[in-house]
Amino acid sequence: MKNALGISGLILDEPFLWERGKKGRMGMSLPKSDVPESPLSDELVGDGPDFPDLSEVEVVRHYTHLSTWNFGVDTGLYPLGSCTMKYNPKTNERQASLPGFAQAHPLLPAGLSQGVLKIMHDLQIYLAEVTGMPAVSLQPAAGAHGELTGMLLFYAWHQKNNQTRTKILIPDTAHGTNPASAALCGFQSIPLASNANGILSPRDVKALMDEDTAGIMVTNPNTLGLFETHIKEIADIVHAKGGLVYADGANMNAVMGMVDMAQLGVDVLHLNLHKTFSTPHGGGGPGSGPVCVTEDLEPFLPVPRVVAVKNGFELSEDFPESIGKVHAFYGNFGIQIRAYAYILSMGKDLKTASQLAVLNANYIKESLRDTYHLAYDQTCMHECVFTDKHQQEYKVSTLDIAKRLIDYGFHPPTIYFPLVVQGALMMEPTETESKEDIDRFINTLKAISKEAEENPELLLQAPTRTKVRRLDETAAARKPCLAG
Amino acid sequence: MKELSELNFPDDVKYSDDHEWGKMDNGEVTIGISDYAQDQLGDIVFVELPGVGDTFEKGGEFGTVESVKAVSELFLPLGGEIVAINEELEDSPELVNTEPYAGGWMIRVKPDDPAELDQLMSKDTYVDSLKE
Amino acid sequence: MRYLPHTQADIDSMLEKIGVESLDALFASIPADCRRQTDLNLPEAMTEWELNSHMGRLADQMAVCPESRVFVGAGSYDHYIPEVIKQLVGRSEFYTAYTPYQPEISQGTLQAIYEYQTLITRLLGLDVANASMYDGASGLAEALLMAIRVTRRNKVAVSRLIHPLYRRVIQTYFAPTGFEVVELPMTAAGKTDLSGIDDLESFAGIAVQSPNYFGCIEDHQALGDTIHTAKKTLFIVGFTEPLAYGLLKNPGSLGADVACGEGQSLGIPRSFGGPGLGIFAARKAYMRSMPGRLVGKTQDIEGKRGFVLTLSTREQHIRREKATSNICSNQGLCATAAAMYMATVGGTGIRKLAQINHDKAAYLQNALVDAGFEIPFATPVFNEFVVKFPQGFDATYKKMLDKNIVAGLPLEKDYPELSDHYVMCVTETMDKPDMDLLVEEVAA
Repeated sequence: MKNALGISGLILDEPFLWERGKKGRMGMSLPKSDVPESPLSDELVGDGPDFPDLSEVEVVRHYTHLSTWNFGVDTGLYPLGSCTMKYNPKTNERQASLPGFAQAHPLLPAGLSQGVLKIMHDLQIYLAEVTGMPAVSLQPAAGAHGELTGMLLFYAWHQKNNQTRTKILIPDTAHGTNPASAALCGFQSIPLASNANGILSPRDVKALMDEDTAGIMVTNPNTLGLFETHIKEIADIVHAKGGLVYADGANMNAVMGMVDMAQLGVDVLHLNLHKTFSTPHGGGGPGSGPVCVTEDLEPFLPVPRVVAVKNGFELSEDFPESIGKVHAFYGNFGIQIRAYAYILSMGKDLKTASQLAVLNANYIKESLRDTYHLAYDQTCMHECVFTDKHQQEYKVSTLDIAKRLIDYGFHPPTIYFPLVVQGALMMEPTETESKEDIDRFINTLKAISKEAEENPELLLQAPTRTKVRRLDETAAARKPCLAG
Repeated sequence: MKELSELNFPDDVKYSDDHEWGKMDNGEVTIGISDYAQDQLGDIVFVELPGVGDTFEKGGEFGTVESVKAVSELFLPLGGEIVAINEELEDSPELVNTEPYAGGWMIRVKPDDPAELDQLMSKDTYVDSLKE
Repeated sequence: MRYLPHTQADIDSMLEKIGVESLDALFASIPADCRRQTDLNLPEAMTEWELNSHMGRLADQMAVCPESRVFVGAGSYDHYIPEVIKQLVGRSEFYTAYTPYQPEISQGTLQAIYEYQTLITRLLGLDVANASMYDGASGLAEALLMAIRVTRRNKVAVSRLIHPLYRRVIQTYFAPTGFEVVELPMTAAGKTDLSGIDDLESFAGIAVQSPNYFGCIEDHQALGDTIHTAKKTLFIVGFTEPLAYGLLKNPGSLGADVACGEGQSLGIPRSFGGPGLGIFAARKAYMRSMPGRLVGKTQDIEGKRGFVLTLSTREQHIRREKATSNICSNQGLCATAAAMYMATVGGTGIRKLAQINHDKAAYLQNALVDAGFEIPFATPVFNEFVVKFPQGFDATYKKMLDKNIVAGLPLEKDYPELSDHYVMCVTETMDKPDMDLLVEEVAA
């Protein structure tokens, strides 16, 4: 295909750190010592770790080379469904690295930390406004951590009502962290099947909901990119039996300014700042997973909490019913500040972001519906799910399609998730992608489908232009080699 | 994954509805997973087995079999005590793929009630169930 | 808005292709009673320049070194971070990339994390390290849960000299589980007292921190020897200051089965306590029971060396409710920064740097003794130590705050029997004149 992005390039190889260097080199400027040496006894002193000795230039070349092997959002379109790979604004990086914030010690008296406390306080207010949930804790360090916190909140709330409930209802489209988080709190996951339209039916919830069920964990919009239209009725059913509703807010990017989660009957919601609020993914973290709750659950939020006082802000532990702490300090402040800067930069345009995210996804859906099989043929939200059903005729699979996309300069969509769809290709473009880039993506997928028909080897051998190709994951799991 | 016709189903073992096979020999039942099961799972990377001496009821979970992308629990098709486990699988889990009925055997059980083995499916019944 | 590239013409053209009249029509699947009734009530969007001013004003309201002299560690340490690290970790190929699920285009992240795992095993003297947990506290909680899973016992012991905030996180994690947490007391020397436990075999794991919250170096060897008289019981060594192991004998060589703690000291800014780095390493036997991501070395179809996430079947996205943990992400960028730091300081350098840290703390400790103050615990320390100030010292402490000197962290809140005791921290960033000033001020 002409005008493909993945053309050619010089990819430099790079050995391991310990294959570089020479004993005695140092990459750091060793500080001078203006105090006498104070030897420790031989009993305590070891040989020191077997680290290589590298010069500063070696370190720089090493990591520069490594960086060239990575594809990031700054490289190109990264349509990973349910990950919200939107652009990471550079001004956020500047704000987070201001010395006043980057060097702040977490345990100083509040009077010395007013700047960060104000940021946390205001961020909580903004997140409350966006979600409609009145009380917020920024403490969880990631989405899954937020889910764990939510489950701990469920447990505490039921305990207060003198109940020990053992079950949680979890849809079959749920992210794996949902049942895992429930299990960490001793809850048994009861699977809930989605109906033929890809969403939950109140009737199915009613059949399973009882007084031994602590509540339900829903994702809305769900992982098929569909809005759970019966959510209010489902919440009522759960509440009627004394249960709570947890919403996994991973897909919040579809509904900012459009939906008020509290109105839907949600009791606890977590957000992923590294998805919806533009903080970078960092190659796998760090993220931030604030939880937002109703007034009824507010007393149980982790401590300490930022509170406004006469002269500013303080961290207060004065919440006797709190579940305690899930993080040593206050969560990932360095990430929270990036989300804060993002919200201040976007203002009401957060709603526009959601609208355009949904526009982009539907545009992709409409443009590819004649080429790829659509798992659910209805208006999607910010992501759409296709399958490899048509292409299977040519003996190529979702995996092969994904690998071929790499040759064309795109990161593949999420593959084989959610589990309820065979051969799923879940695409979430986000709002920061232009029409031209999306058109190029669409045309590429059409071209790949044609290749599947006419020359499937191109897909089966893909990717061909990367540094490594089709790594042996079986060998890696059979004989794990986790350190060098 | 292979077509049914390409898979192997010996006549001399019984099959459970979760794709295990059992074979009686001198009062002990050897158990493994069927050729269909290993084909579905893909390259096996790890098999978690119980200890010798552990006892289970019929339907009890005695271990897991892992491929790169999936894990399957293993359930005992009959109750009894584990008298032997296939230690080769620790270093060579791929035996489950290459020889599911021979070198890829998993455990040997002394059954509480040998009649439970007869309740399992014959080869023909099992293969028919796979066609659905 | 500069992050939203759509022009009106783009929007119109796309709506036409979809076959709807307006953006609002795309939300038709949302029932009316689910729709938000009011507009978002948020401050007017700031320009980049307004944001800079706003953030600058807030940053000025913070007390930061070197304008302030902060003698506090307690899980968050002031170490010099070379500019090299900031520039390298700021390369957007590292920080705008996602989890390496498509390994062919993530080899940068994967090799960097594999190298991180390797350097951590060498630092701690153990066989396998994961790609990191959220922070030292949650990592320790997960280590205890792993011990429970592996031994199938329901009880753990946790030293009172582990960071009080870490112990609170453990309590929170354990609250719904029904597992028991027994607290180990301390000796007069400021170390963990294991002597009161006579049923070691009933414990899944026993956890200490070294250097501990008082900065004291624990007797790993003795503790490990005792614990290992019990079958299966895990010896877990936590830490908040990994730099100590640039100089001290590492936990693995002294019998630890698991070493886990906070890696912020390794090239990560304090950032008011987060993001941190939950370092987690263990013996080979626990490899398949470990929580968290693991990067493994392998080959591609042409035989070239490459890396992938591996042993994923332990994790939530496959194992779901039976996973070794619910953790999904790691602290990827922080682990990368830590690897860069370890690479930059090097094997020769880290010993020197650790020695300087120790020397500086020893200087302050001796200066305080010379000025007449009591050091209550006669145990070797690393870069933190406890000093006893006279009764009523908190008035002096407050006066010093006004001069931007934070004279340590009071212990009374978490150790009620230790009123007027403060834990002080000195790293390579503190100058002799600053320490002399502190001594002058407290002695006044």
